Amino acid sequence: MTTNSQFMVQAQNVHKSFGAHEVLKGITLNVAHGEVMCLVGPSGSGKSTFLRCINHLEVVNGGRLLVDGELIGYRDGGEKLFELKASEAALQRRDIGMVFQKFNLFPHLTALENVVEAPIRVKKLSRSEAIVRGKELLARVGLETKFDAYPAHLSGGQQQRVAIARALAMDPKLMLFDEPTSALDPELVGEVLDVMRELAKSGMTMIVVTHEMGFAREVADSLVFMDNGVVVESGKPAEVLLNPQHDRTKAFLSKVL
Amino acid sequence: MSDANQNAGPSENSDLHSAMPTEKIKAIPLRHPWRNLVAAVLLVASISFLYDASHREIYDWATFTHYLFNHRVLTGVIVTLELTAYAMVIAVLLGIGLAVMRQSPNPVLKSVAWAFIWFFRGTPVYVQLVFWGLLSTVYPSITFGIPHVGDIATIPSINNLSLFVLAVIGLSLNEAAYMAEIVRAGLLSVDRGQEEAAKALGMGWGLSMRRIIIPQAMRIIIPPTGNEVISMLKTTSLVTAIPLTIDLYMATRDISATTYKPVPLLLVASTWYLVFTSVLMVLQYFLEKRFARGYAQMGLEVQAAPLEGNGAG
Ligand SMILES: Nc1ncnc2c1ncn2[C@@H]1O[C@H](COP(=O)(O)OP(=O)(O)OP(=O)(O)O)[C@@H](O)[C@H]1O
Ligand SMILES: [Mg+2]
Repeated sequence: MTTNSQFMVQAQNVHKSFGAHEVLKGITLNVAHGEVMCLVGPSGSGKSTFLRCINHLEVVNGGRLLVDGELIGYRDGGEKLFELKASEAALQRRDIGMVFQKFNLFPHLTALENVVEAPIRVKKLSRSEAIVRGKELLARVGLETKFDAYPAHLSGGQQQRVAIARALAMDPKLMLFDEPTSALDPELVGEVLDVMRELAKSGMTMIVVTHEMGFAREVADSLVFMDNGVVVESGKPAEVLLNPQHDRTKAFLSKVL
Repeated sequence: MSDANQNAGPSENSDLHSAMPTEKIKAIPLRHPWRNLVAAVLLVASISFLYDASHREIYDWATFTHYLFNHRVLTGVIVTLELTAYAMVIAVLLGIGLAVMRQSPNPVLKSVAWAFIWFFRGTPVYVQLVFWGLLSTVYPSITFGIPHVGDIATIPSINNLSLFVLAVIGLSLNEAAYMAEIVRAGLLSVDRGQEEAAKALGMGWGLSMRRIIIPQAMRIIIPPTGNEVISMLKTTSLVTAIPLTIDLYMATRDISATTYKPVPLLLVASTWYLVFTSVLMVLQYFLEKRFARGYAQMGLEVQAAPLEGNGAG
């Protein structure tokens, strides 16, 4: 993989407001190539909003967000920033995979069709090529028997694994996970975390919003605790989890651990 | 232990079986005396109405059968069906366009679609058809130009448009406004997460509409569209406002103007309208059943999914 910059993700003083409500109040953090970062924090602290900003699903109001050295959502014109055209923004999103809490699979398409849709339509891969690759990816997430199943016929865990395969099919350089296991029955959480663990081992750069502290401790390279729109504390997962420095972190961890 | 369980299952079942009464239930069905009485009264009433109608002179069944397959009437049937088909096809396409425009992030497209729907839904279709008929009087030709500078282009051919084409335009533009609302309801029924997922995969707005949103919206759009087709079939009788006088209704009107027998010819027209609305209702029934079946199936299989999941997961 060609790397344009030292970091995969650089957030520099990122601000985001919805009307008068400031949700992100200056987020600064770096994610290295191949790093797995877990983002934790109480509900409403802005974790989802921050992930969506990285993918330009939300427009940043202040600061800079760079993915692989490329400014997200804007063109840097020296003094001024120019908003990107929708097609240019779509081009940036291709390289960033996103997995949603509610899977958001396309219900009118089978598992395999879900996976090959974007490679064929967006990346202009040939149909046969996309299908070979799609089957590979579905097999990789343990769904080699479910190519032709519609999402409604799959369990939540299977749906989320299809969603991961669908995102991987675009060969992203960065994967964003927004509480990928929160909508799952407890007994199905493991199969999704297994896939993510394997993905992390393969060297994928990942930002994972999660409440699964066990996964964070075991898999993540770094843990970031966010509260009320700011990064309160970050560091090695074991350190932050075992020895939190801030009261807010301690209070939060005492509730989730 | 699992052995014990497996044994307990069937034996328990057979115990239950032997304990249960085996003969079939021979209950006396619940009686519905009032229902039967009302049905009998209605039956008698309709028979006497039909008997009366078959003898009543003004219905003139001889004239009715004479004109039912009359050449002008059949031509009128064809014209009415053609008007319905053309107007609906254009209206559906235009309606999709308008609905998509209203959902688009572009404020110009949004306002244009809003204004179109506001106007065509806000005025009676009869009045619109009269206007289309007067088009060549109101605008003998359309000239594009800049005041005090000069003309750029002139379209002289408006009065060359046939009345049939004007009727199709008039009917379809009006219908498009309604179709737009139906399509919009369909688009809004699709979960927002679908658009986000499409976006996150790098799909542009048009692509996600075409491949993701509209196919899902179709399930909601199709049933009311069936109603609109039936409604359009009958609305074509208003094209006399243009005035287009060769459709089914006007054909029967013209004939009765010479025979002085309006009632049997109204019956001819009604019969044909009923035949085709009935055909459309049957088609709609099957379409709706098909789409409802999709939903019912889904409901069942969602329940079954955990079992499947344990097996494969
Ligand atoms: N589109 C929006 N419009 C207005 N307010 C929003 C919007 N999206 C998010 N918010 C607000 O931003 C705040 C942060 O939301 P966000 O979803 O980022 O939190 P979160 O940390 O992901 O919480 P959770 O753990 O519940 O998912 C919340 O107060 C929310 O109400
Ligand atoms: Mg969230």
